[in-house]
Amino acid sequence: MMYPYVLIRALRILATAWAAATFVFIVLRLAGDPVAALIPSDLPQDLVDAYRARFGFDRPLWVQYLSYLASIAQGDFGYSIRNNQPALSLFLEKLPATLVLAGASLALAIVFGVVSGVIAALNRNTIIDRLFMTFSVFGFAMPNFFFGILLILLFTLNLRWLPSGGFESWSSLIMPVATLGFAASGSYARMTRSALLEVLNQPYIEMARAKGLASSRVLVVHAMRAITIPLVSLLGFSVGAMITGAVVTEMVFAWPGVGRLLVVSVTERDLAVVQVVVVFSAVAMALSNTLIDIALGFLDPRIGTARRNGQ
Amino acid sequence: MKFLYKLPRARVFLPSAVLALILLFAAFGSFLTPHEFSTSSLLDRNLPPVFVGGDWDHPFGTDGLGRDYLERLVVGSRVSIGLALVGTIIGMILGTMLGLIAARGNRLVDGAIVGLIDFQAAVPFMIIALAVLAVFGSSMTLFVFLLGLYGWETYARMARNSALSVHTLQFVEAARVIGVTSAVIDRRHILPTIANVIIVQATLNFPQTILLESGLSFLGLGIQPPMTSLGQLLGSGRDSLSRAWWIAVVPGALIFFTTLAISLLGDVLRDKLDPTVRDG
Repeated sequence: MMYPYVLIRALRILATAWAAATFVFIVLRLAGDPVAALIPSDLPQDLVDAYRARFGFDRPLWVQYLSYLASIAQGDFGYSIRNNQPALSLFLEKLPATLVLAGASLALAIVFGVVSGVIAALNRNTIIDRLFMTFSVFGFAMPNFFFGILLILLFTLNLRWLPSGGFESWSSLIMPVATLGFAASGSYARMTRSALLEVLNQPYIEMARAKGLASSRVLVVHAMRAITIPLVSLLGFSVGAMITGAVVTEMVFAWPGVGRLLVVSVTERDLAVVQVVVVFSAVAMALSNTLIDIALGFLDPRIGTARRNGQ
Repeated sequence: MKFLYKLPRARVFLPSAVLALILLFAAFGSFLTPHEFSTSSLLDRNLPPVFVGGDWDHPFGTDGLGRDYLERLVVGSRVSIGLALVGTIIGMILGTMLGLIAARGNRLVDGAIVGLIDFQAAVPFMIIALAVLAVFGSSMTLFVFLLGLYGWETYARMARNSALSVHTLQFVEAARVIGVTSAVIDRRHILPTIANVIIVQATLNFPQTILLESGLSFLGLGIQPPMTSLGQLLGSGRDSLSRAWWIAVVPGALIFFTTLAISLLGDVLRDKLDPTVRDG
């Protein structure tokens, strides 16, 4: 019963990748003659035609589109003009650094966000609650490029504790992770607080209290379980926020990851690399949404049953 | 419940005051200095601001080309706030229109628009914007277009969903039966019922648009010199951080307080206008 569902989701991930690749194709063609962008404008016409034939730009548009899709399906995203290296291998080379950064930041955001959300909810409408919630709004409004620069100013230039950039030692991870994680923690704090407040009024929590359970046990076993569902759904949004945030954060801290690769490639108009990043960002988001959907099905059997019945 | 009546005053007053100060600075800050924002003066390079021992001729000092930094901040604020405003309005109109058109009942059109919404939601907007900038290079027109596109899918989805539910109401049914056109139904019956949610969404979208603009300009892919914006000023201040921290910190603080004030006001507005949000 589960297999058709997984199959449909896998097809949707493929469809997202196809849509992203098509988007790049359309944008590239809207920009005008691709040959004109590649070669000097004063070349003789027969050379221009030769170029056109060599890269297949003389064929009908739909043939070009299909062969473009076919080569992407085989993992051929073209060559980086800047590094003279397949764009895909360049991307894969930079990927681990970004995964380390995003993973650590997400972990920080969740831990910090959930803990402050719980503290705020338990001290509802007190000064502590206000303090934590104001802090979470700061996380929303603070641009991470500015927060990163403040951190560099304080910890690198004034205190001289931490390196300003690069990824040479684990201590260079601290500031980028703080920057990216802090920005994302605000939504976790708010979500935890409101979900917890909602749950704490439920009869079964009263019941657990009434039968004499310690309030820590009520919180951890009974209340927190109900929070996992909205938290896991929020994870889906975080992936997009992490991708966006990584682009800027990696630039601030000269982090050798995909975000920095993307910005440098955009500046130098290295289109093959840009294309890889677009397609893989779409795939990453579709994949994580699918995993989250499946996880939600396990966490909440009602969602799972509805899915399996094809709803 | 009683604190609810007391609370909004501080919640409205403080952010409004901060926002008003920033808007006043953007509008009238030029009167504080006689200098032009793009006039460089090689003899006056890297002057310190008054709070680090400079003189009042250049209250915020000068940058590496000897341009008056106060005037650059004024122009940068105008550009950042103005662009975000234009971008938000374009996105709001575009998204709402597409949402309303999708809800009119043509399955093909609806499918196409919903597909576009899904695609937009599937790829982070920053990545799409960077891809477009990589292909076309940065220009002002393209940049405004991108800022306008940002967030359209949220408005479109909201407008479509609300419109679909309003379409089933009897008075709309009745209007259609007596031959009122779709455009008139949208304007007279649908728009008024969804205006609140759309406006709340716009106040949430506005600070995000400022962050997108300043983020892209910070990366050097948005506003191009000699024009400037708060993000571009912050980006250019990064290199001189060790000797002139204010060049990066002041525009950063302006961005932060602007987005913070608008976010807080947006929260208040949402609590007021959106009945589904409860004060938790």
